[in-house]
Amino acid sequence: MTTVKRPTSPHLQIYKWAPHMALSILHRVSGVALGGGTLLLVWWLIALASGPDQYAQFQTCMHSIYGKIVLFGFTTALMLHLCNGIRHLFWDMGVGFDVETTARTNILVFLGTAVLTALAWTIGYGLV
Amino acid sequence: MSLNTPISKVRGLGSAKSGTNHWWMQKIAAVALVPLTIWFVASIVQMTNADYFTVITWLSSPVSAILMLIYIVIALYHLRLGLTEIVEDYIHGEGMKVFFQFAILFGCTIITVASIFSVLKIAL
Repeated sequence: MTTVKRPTSPHLQIYKWAPHMALSILHRVSGVALGGGTLLLVWWLIALASGPDQYAQFQTCMHSIYGKIVLFGFTTALMLHLCNGIRHLFWDMGVGFDVETTARTNILVFLGTAVLTALAWTIGYGLV
Repeated sequence: MSLNTPISKVRGLGSAKSGTNHWWMQKIAAVALVPLTIWFVASIVQMTNADYFTVITWLSSPVSAILMLIYIVIALYHLRLGLTEIVEDYIHGEGMKVFFQFAILFGCTIITVASIFSVLKIAL
């Protein structure tokens, strides 16, 4: 069987990697990560409903270095999804959809994520 | 030539027979989640070192319990819609697609019910 070599439309590998592409896929990646985050939330609630011992166990896990790494990832994913999600809502209204504005809001989303994550950890653990 | 008007194709139809419902629901949930997420994070960061009874007292107050229940239900609904969309976009095998749709629905339902039960047990 002969294969006809038809022209194909350019796909991802053709384009120069740009911040808006990174944010686009990071929005989905952070969304999936937050799905994992809901497991932490339900663990916390079940531990609270089960009593002081189970809650203490949960606290021990979360205060370990691995727990803190996971929580830091959770915070970052949440803030990124929040900031970029708000931008998506503006896009849905047709606001800021041009290239120049998108380039500016890219920076805003990254900055907002960093600031909000730092703020949450400063209040939560007294450290950045 | 079809005598159907374009609008009749849009209204509740299309290949998935649901029109723009999925997208629209995702957006409504997203709008609700903005203030709820800010409330959730602002509350939780104050309790990183809190003892059991402090957290229980906080979650037992009607305002906290009600907001937590609303947050859980809407967040898990938003999660289910988002994960479903990702599976529809990237998983092409029919068997795997059905498997993941089941897993998403079952998983989100279990987490939602377990969370609601826990909050009610604490608050009531």
